[in-house]
Parts: sequence; C-alpha cells; structure tokens
Amino acid sequence: MPRTVAPWEIERELLVKAEDKTNPRYGYKPEERSAEDYMKYGVINLDKPAGPTSHEVAAWVKRILKLQRVGHGGTLEA
Amino acid sequence: MTGVLPIALEESRKVVQALLLSGKEYVCLMKLHGEATEERVKKVLKEFEDTLYQRPPVRASVKRRLRTRKMYHIDFLEMDGRNVLFKVGCEAGTYVRKLCFDVGEVVGCGAHMQELRRTRAGSFAENSDIVTLHDVAYWFMEWQEQKDDEILRKFIQPMEKALALVPKIYIRDSAVDAICHGASLTAPGVLSIEIGINSGLMIAVFTLKGEAVALAKAAASTEEILEMEHGFVAETERVLMPRGTYRKRWRSGGP
Repeated sequence: MPRTVAPWEIERELLVKAEDKTNPRYGYKPEERSAEDYMKYGVINLDKPAGPTSHEVAAWVKRILKLQRVGHGGTLEA
Repeated sequence: MTGVLPIALEESRKVVQALLLSGKEYVCLMKLHGEATEERVKKVLKEFEDTLYQRPPVRASVKRRLRTRKMYHIDFLEMDGRNVLFKVGCEAGTYVRKLCFDVGEVVGCGAHMQELRRTRAGSFAENSDIVTLHDVAYWFMEWQEQKDDEILRKFIQPMEKALALVPKIYIRDSAVDAICHGASLTAPGVLSIEIGINSGLMIAVFTLKGEAVALAKAAASTEEILEMEHGFVAETERVLMPRGTYRKRWRSGGP
C-alpha cells in the first residue's frame, strides 16, 4: 500500500474563478489588526512543559494574559 | 508529555476544531523490555508505517471501539541499549502509547512508551514561533510597559495560522457579511479555490485580505465549483468573523 502523504507535505494550488479587488475600508489583514483584536483572534504556539496537564497550562496562559476564555488544540497527556 | 500545544485565545477558540482534526507529529522514546537488534527494531517500525487498527485505552475520553488511524511516516532516529528514539507523523487521535505496545509485541520482547514530545499539531510545528510559558509572561509584561504591538507578534499568531492546512476558498467582499450571518456560500461569491476540495470536506472561507470568515462544509468539488454559475458551494458551519466587519450587500427575502 502506498504511504499516505502527511497533510503538511501537501502543496495546494490555487485556481482563479473570477477577478475582483478588496476594499481597504473594510476588515484588516490579519497582521494589521489592532492590539486588542490581534489578541482576541490570536493563537499561541506553546511549548507545553512536562508536569501540568494541557488544561492547567491553558488556564495559566489565560491568567497571565488576563483573558476571559482560552481553548487548546489537542490534549497532550500521558 | 511536552511540546506543541496551540492555545487559542478568546474568539479564536472556534478554530480549535480544525486543529483537533489535523495530523500530529511526535518524537517518542520507547523502552524495550528485552534485547533486540537495531535492524529488527527498524524493520518492525517500518511495518507500522501503514493504517493502524487501535482500540482506545481503558482511560480514554472516546468510545472504546476499534478504529483505524493512518501513520504518515515512522522514522527511526537512534537506539541505545533498550531505549529507542523515533519520530512518528500520524492522523489525529492516534495513541502513540498503544503504538509502542504493539511494536513491542511484534519485536517479541514487549515495549512501552517512556517519553513523548509533540513536534507538530496541524500547521503549528516546533519552529521559530514556538514559545514557552516564561516567554508568554515576559513578552506580555514587555508589551504592557512599552505598548509596542510588534511585541505581541513575537508570541501570538493570527488565528488564520491555525487554518494554514485547511483547503480554502477566497470570496468577494460583497459575499462576506452574508456568510457572517450564517448564510451558505454561493457560486457568484467565489473568486479562487484550492485544488483537492470535495463535497463534504471541511474548508475555510477567506477574504482577499487573508482574513478567515468561516469554517464551512464543501457542497461540491473544486472542478465543479469552478464551472458553477449559481447554487450553493459550501454550507457555513462556524462563523469566525464578527458581523458588520464588511458592508452588508445582500437583501433578505420578501418584497
């Protein structure tokens, strides 16, 4: 059986269906968001330390950054 | 267990769904329970580079029914006595502890997982943007003192980064607000589309500025969507952008 290619090894070509411009008056490029929005719509690529659970680590980040809610992408537990 | 654990802040928690379903990569330290040659271990690891049948462990948060998981690659790194270090790229929901146990059974002497480090979760890898809890606390304090937004960018990535591996459809400004209100994406709104999309596949709807609008379920393939002049292209499942970010350019039904 041929090896399954990992999702991160796949190159996805973009095909154009129609042309249009975007109006600079609305929205922002992700990296140009205001500090408040940048955090609100942000993700941290965290290096989890050994010991605490993923849940505990997420709670610490929430407290450090004084946020209301955080979520984590995939529990990393024993 | 250490390594890549993406933390989604506030509104970006909605993209976690995409990360949970995406592939993972680990470096694993496996301990053999007896003697085995390096060739033997290498050969057995290669045999597991395939579709794996796994039953979730007793202490699991999912139903314990037999399920299959694809191994993208298993690379032997090094061996010292009974300690074996290898790297594994696998589908979401693979139990590496089970993999070690099974490898041990095939080698013959038995084995268990000693240590595990995640080196990738979807689009987040162990690379230049990975930060420790100390980094987060330090940079956040620096930002509070200096109010320089460049500091935020040192440890926070835009949520769009989490969607880097999700197939995308880019849409017109005029189609954005309707999607933010939960409408399905229709063919006239589509500007460009990535190859490999099929009906039922989870896709991400993006603006031309590169902002994520929503997660959606494709209703047709890339080829079909390119040919379509009208009709539904994708069903909106999770709206990521707040309503009113773009101008309302649609009318509700009725006279």
